[in-house]
Parts: sequence; C-alpha cells; structure tokens
Amino acid sequence: MSTETPVLALKGVSKRFGAVQALDNVDFEVAAGEVVGLVGDNGAGKSTLVKTIAGIYSPDAGEFYFEGKPVSIDGANAATALGIATVYQDLALCDNLDVVANLFLGREKLAGGLGTAARQLDEADMERSSADLLSNLAVSIPSLRSEVGTLSGGQRQQVAVARSLLGEPKMVLLDEPTAALGVAQTAQVLALIKRLRDRGLGVVVISHNLSDVFEVTDRIFVLRLGRREATFETASAKSDDVVAAITGARDRPTTNGNAGGGAR
Amino acid sequence: MSTATEPAVPATPGRAPAPRAGVVRRFIEGDLASLRVFVVLGLIWAVFQFENNHFLTAENLTNLFLQITAVGLISVGVVYVLLLGEIDLSVGAISGLAAAATAVLNVKHGWSPYSAIFAGILVGLVIGVVQGFLFTRFGIPSFVVTLAGLLTWQGALLKVLGSTGTVNLTDPKVTGLANTFYSSTVSWIIGLGVIAIYAGGTLWAWRRRVSTGLADQDLRGPLTRVVLVSVATIGAILVVTADRGLPLAVLILLAFVAGMEYVATRTRFGRHVFAVGGNAEAARRAGIHINGVRVAVFGIAGSMAAIGGILASSRLLAVNQNSGGSDLLLLAIAGPVIAGTSLFGGRGSVWTALLGALVIGSISNGMDLLALDSSVKYMVTGGVLLVAVIVDALARRQRQAAGRL
Repeated sequence: MSTETPVLALKGVSKRFGAVQALDNVDFEVAAGEVVGLVGDNGAGKSTLVKTIAGIYSPDAGEFYFEGKPVSIDGANAATALGIATVYQDLALCDNLDVVANLFLGREKLAGGLGTAARQLDEADMERSSADLLSNLAVSIPSLRSEVGTLSGGQRQQVAVARSLLGEPKMVLLDEPTAALGVAQTAQVLALIKRLRDRGLGVVVISHNLSDVFEVTDRIFVLRLGRREATFETASAKSDDVVAAITGARDRPTTNGNAGGGAR
Repeated sequence: MSTATEPAVPATPGRAPAPRAGVVRRFIEGDLASLRVFVVLGLIWAVFQFENNHFLTAENLTNLFLQITAVGLISVGVVYVLLLGEIDLSVGAISGLAAAATAVLNVKHGWSPYSAIFAGILVGLVIGVVQGFLFTRFGIPSFVVTLAGLLTWQGALLKVLGSTGTVNLTDPKVTGLANTFYSSTVSWIIGLGVIAIYAGGTLWAWRRRVSTGLADQDLRGPLTRVVLVSVATIGAILVVTADRGLPLAVLILLAFVAGMEYVATRTRFGRHVFAVGGNAEAARRAGIHINGVRVAVFGIAGSMAAIGGILASSRLLAVNQNSGGSDLLLLAIAGPVIAGTSLFGGRGSVWTALLGALVIGSISNGMDLLALDSSVKYMVTGGVLLVAVIVDALARRQRQAAGRL
C-alpha cells in the first residue's frame, strides 16, 4: 500500500441542504494505486461526497488537497482538469450518440486545417483510440459505431468507466458501478476496477453491495448520517463490523454474517 | 494487487439485437428514415406528374426549387433548435422583421445593399441570442419565450414598416438574390465542382480511416454515396440548365444546408448540440457549457430566419405587413419533422430542412398546378405532417423498448 502523499485528501468537509446536514466535517483520502470503498446506508451522504469531489456541489466548509497541494474545485471542469474523473450511477451517457462520440464527449479530437471553430472532428483518430482503449480494458462492444442506447446495461457501464480514463486522470470516482448488473457483467466491471488500480489510479467505489466492496477494495470507508463513522483495512476487516458501522449498531453484536444482505 | 490472478472475463453475454431486422422495419423505425422521405417525395411527384404532365418539366421544377428557398433556409435554423429538443415559434416573425430592416435601411436610408443585408442578418442573430438568453437564464420553456417573440417581432415589423405598410425593393443587388440565374457553363462548373469536392472529401476520409488502421470498412459505402450525390447533382443541373439556369437563391440554400450539415456532424459544436439534445445532464457532466450551446443555437435559428426572410422579400420584390406571417413558420417547422428530424431532440439532420421543404413545396406546387383549393392543400400537408410525427413517436418508442434494459 502506498504511504506517500494521497492523491486526494479532504479535511473537514461539510455540506448542508436546507435542514439536512448531508456531510458533517468529513475527512477523506485516497492514495495512488488504492481502491477505497465508500459505503453507508441510504442518505448517509455517499453521493453528496462524490458530487462534492467531482465539483458538482461546492462544499460549505472544508479543505481539498490534491497531491498535497491545497486546491478548490469549482465546477466539474475544474475537477476534470485536476485529474479527477467521475462515473455516475445514472451513467450520464448520451443514448443518441455512438460509443466513440460518448467516449470523447467534451474532449473531442480535432483534425488540422481551417479555423478553430470550423475544425473537423478527427473521427478516425477517435475511433482508433476508442478501439485501443476498450481492447486494453478488455471491454467488448458489438460495434464502436452503434448508438449507446442499443447497448446492454453492462456494456453501457463499461463504456462509462472507459470514458473516465480518456482524460488520463489520477483518480476515478465510481458511483454504484455494479448496480443493476447481472453476475457476469458485475464480474467484468470489478475486473475493470482492478485494472484501474493496477494502472496506479486512486479509485473510489461507492457501493451498496458489500461482497463487491470486499472483493475489489483495499480500504473501506463508512459514512453514517453525513459523518465518517469508521475506516477498515479490507484485508483484515470483518463484514459484521462493517455492517455494524453502516447501521450504527457497532456495540450490538451481530450474529448474521451475510454481508450482502446486511447492507440494505 | 495481482494482475495475474484476474481471469479475462469473456465479455458480452447479451449482445445487442442484430441490426438485420428486416428492411421494412428499419424503413419505418428510423434506420432508413432518410430513404423514407425520398420514397414519399417520389410518390408525390409521380402522382402529380400523372395528374398534370407539366409538373416534372424543367420550368416547373425550377419554380419549385425557387419556391422552397426561403422556407428551406429558415428550416435550417429550425433543425438546430429541434436537435436540442426545443422549439422556436418566432422564426417566421424574425424573418419578416429582418427583411423589413434590410428593406428600410436600403430603400429609405440609402444604406448600401451589403450593409443593409448584413444589418438584417444581425437583427435576426441578436433576437435569437436574446431569446436563447431568456430561455436559459430564467428557465422559461422555449415555447413560451419564442411565442412572446412571435408577437413582439410581428409588432416590431409593423413599426419598422411605418405608415405606408409596404416597402418596395428596387436595388438590383437585393432583388438579384432571388432573380439571378447562372448560364449553363457556370451551372455545370458549379455542379462538377460540388461533385469533385464531395468525392474528394469522402475518399480523403476513407483513406484516413485506412491509414489509421480502421480499414475494416470497404470502399463500397463511400463509392455508393459519391455515385448517388453525383447522379442527384447532375440531374439537378440538367433540369435547371434546360430552363433558365442555376438560380443563385437555390445555390445559397444548398450552400447553407451543406455548410450547416458540416457544422452539425463534423465539428465539436455540432457534436455538442446533439449531446445536449440527447441528454443535457450527461452533456453538462462531460464539461460542455450547455447554456452556451443553447444560446448559440437560438442565435443560429434567428440568423437563418433572417437570411430566409431577406431572400423571400427579394423574390417578392417587397416587404409588407404579411412578410414572415401566414403559414411560413408552421411550414418551416413541419418540413424537417416530415423529413425525419425528431421533435424529441438529438436525432435529425440539416438535410431534412431541404427534403422537408421539397415535400411540402411539391404538394403546394402540384396542387396549384391542379388548381385545387387552398383548403385541400392545407389538409393534405397537415395529414403528411401528422403521419410523419406518428412515425417519429413510434420509432422513439421502439428505440426505448429495444435500447433500455
């Protein structure tokens, strides 16, 4: 495990929506080559934390350190520019565009010639890069030119994850990457997450599914009611303890060892 | 962190349904939607030719082409708005106001034709940008913003025209827009130039795919497209040279259609327009400045409406209180929809502006030849529009059923 400066560290981050304290003085950090599982019950603040890191929400209080340097993340573009890529639960792909267009959405490659505004998209180069990227990640799609709306849920998720890598990010946030996927497709996505870690990226995985979390993460970070409840080293953690931290029943001994069911 | 322990998981247990679902279904459901328009157009032409053998003469076809230029130009801007999944009800009124501005500046204030035309287009651009700004800034539905615009700019038209109510155009530069015909030689040079540019561009793109290692695509597709475009161009040139020659107005329309199609499909901006129309939230998360795209699109719609309006006034040789009124707005929106641009956003092409205008123009022209009443003309056009929208809705439902989980 890397002990150097974390890719991203948050200190005392708070966010309030009206009467709801969604995040309350949260510290969080992720290192390069590390997969951190972010777990918690519904409404614990997981999505808020991810959206704050991704620049969608601006926090009410707190400090951000990217590779040790203090930064402020104003907007999604600032997060992307720093090297933070996000894959959202609701996918955020354009169904009417093909795989290549979706992969390069917002960072299209341009061919030479003409003025900047009239520059032609370099479709051949983008398609080539898409093919390379997807084959590197062992993602298989019927055709790069098929509309994303025609793909299966697992394929769409893999396209979404692959897209996050095109900006050469230093860390990737994955919001419920295996939700609504079948067994085989979940296995593909988990394998993909491990490949991200092996590439030296800091990876944050939000998940309700504790068996997935135990399979891919190095560290488990539990949020409860907007606060940091506990962190576990995955290798030494027991699922009972994680479930207890999620539900707030840490002092009450749990008898049922079924982690996946306990996360509901 | 062990790379070795991960088995390569075999991918894609559930492949997407094969696209060979039968030509008839693809025809109805959108894959071959553009072909659908050609068939409809062919049927319309066949029926009218059968009823009146003057319909397919060079003279009448040239008239038809001239009749659709103004509405076609306005539709080019409307396509962009439709691609966003929005609507612009003010394009008709903008076209009238911009034409009036050009006419008044040129005739009453003695501006040179070029600066008057430029000012007219600028009026359209500014109005479009303002409406786009109101739409994005206050989150008012585009329907309402542009409905308010429709009324406002109609009023402004009356104001600009003043007490006389009509401004006659006399400047040969302005009237020449719609009344210039190129000689056979020039027409053929232009036509062959178009073919050469299209063939060159297509083959260049294909060679680039090959050199990038994407040689999977064989040459038949690009060659077929080049042949089709060549046949269409040569056919059109044969028709117009048999009559008065290639009209400048038609050349302007085709240039804008081709240019704006290029912008829509080949540039970053166009890609972003499709993305915002397909899934605005996804576009925003991808870092696209979606409100900027929206304002720009309404600016394009306003500018194209102005250009169409100026051309219409040039054809009419005057601007009056009815300029940009009547059914112009509705036909400019109906055309692209009839030709396959979706009202739901994210799907369509600038070519549908041309094809839709051709369909509507053919119905109108043919019924005039048959001396049918306007009542029939409107009802038939309405029926065609209704069928087109139903097909669009069915195709969308089909995509949702097949595309989602």
